[in-house]
Amino acid sequence: MEQTHTYGDTPYHPRWLRRRVSTYWWLWKPAYLRFILREGSCMFVGWFTVYLLLLLAALLEGPLAYELFLAWSATPAVLIVNVVTLGFVVFHAITFFQAAPQAMVVRLGRARVAPQTVLLGHYAGWVVVSAVVAFFLLGA
Amino acid sequence: MAQRIRLQIARYRPEQESEATFDEYEVPYTKEMAVLDGLNFVKDRLDGTLAYRWSCRMGICGSCGMTVNGEPKLTCATFLGDYAPGPLRVEPLRNFPVIRDLIVDIGDFMRKLVRVKPWIVRSAEKPIAGGEYLQTPEQLEEYKPFSMCINCMLCYSACPIYGLDPKFIGPAAIALAQRYNLDNRDEGSADRMEVLSEHEGIWGCTFVGECTKVCPKHVDPAGAIQRYKLTAAIDSMKAFFAPRGA
Ligand code: SF4
Ligand code: FES
Repeated sequence: MEQTHTYGDTPYHPRWLRRRVSTYWWLWKPAYLRFILREGSCMFVGWFTVYLLLLLAALLEGPLAYELFLAWSATPAVLIVNVVTLGFVVFHAITFFQAAPQAMVVRLGRARVAPQTVLLGHYAGWVVVSAVVAFFLLGA
Repeated sequence: MAQRIRLQIARYRPEQESEATFDEYEVPYTKEMAVLDGLNFVKDRLDGTLAYRWSCRMGICGSCGMTVNGEPKLTCATFLGDYAPGPLRVEPLRNFPVIRDLIVDIGDFMRKLVRVKPWIVRSAEKPIAGGEYLQTPEQLEEYKPFSMCINCMLCYSACPIYGLDPKFIGPAAIALAQRYNLDNRDEGSADRMEVLSEHEGIWGCTFVGECTKVCPKHVDPAGAIQRYKLTAAIDSMKAFFAPRGA
């Protein structure tokens, strides 16, 4: 009989029941669904980078190319894709920030900085960077 | 007066059947009775053929892990009253082969665990006359949370990555590797890094985070893995920019 599930290093045993993981396992729990959404949406994050590079290329090429790029960005299809992309990039940023306190142990002297403080620090950084960008955009 | 609750218990009798089935039993319960007490009632009074593992009935031995209403739980620390009026489904832990009824084989984990050398590795032992290896409370605190693991396998059962790719070394083995890496008496972190930086090591984890949520001892294996990834990344950067012997 074909063996569908090897269970890692578990030797074959004729009497053990090997259950298959359901194709729909990611519907079992909201956390699994969030995880699949995050994994699946990496395409959008990739697109975000490509879009940024296209923007830079247009900028380098000159005012006309930039105008054309802006016109193209305003077409409904690109607009929709970019709105969805923004949603997923924010989702990724938030889940990344949530992971940060678990991955980083920050110390001040002998004491460990509380995980919430690490999280807040990340958000504060986000706000500061956004403020700087907004200043350049609106101030200019 | 004791109330009653229905238990739907997964049965697998390899000499009779090739698939798991469910048997239903009704047991009396009071508010301090755990799911494990319900199983003991079934075994003692209703059906002596039911097979499951348990020992300490106080969250220490790690042998009573099962899937209760779809969630991996220590049955000695999960209360019947919380599931009233029932019925309550008790199944074996997911992601492991079932030997009989609620008993799974965790040999895969045991073999993986040995690979990460979960003991203090020293290149040279100091002589006994040199005295003990002293440790400050801060140094103890570094690894203590990871040392609380009771090998109950709830985290493996909750991990979809392990379910899909059983070669993944898994949450508890990595948390236990960190328990020794972060111990200032240990010198084995380079050995462990070899095993854990493999594709099926830390990089297999894509941070679902369920292992940490289900862990009854607050070990935070997901945190251990993410910290390890950071260490591994910094290590390889160092090796790239400042190769030793170059
Ligand atoms: S890390 Fe937690 S859930 Fe996993 S085996 Fe250890 S105690 Fe159990
Ligand atoms: S019986 Fe020991 S942990 Fe539940």
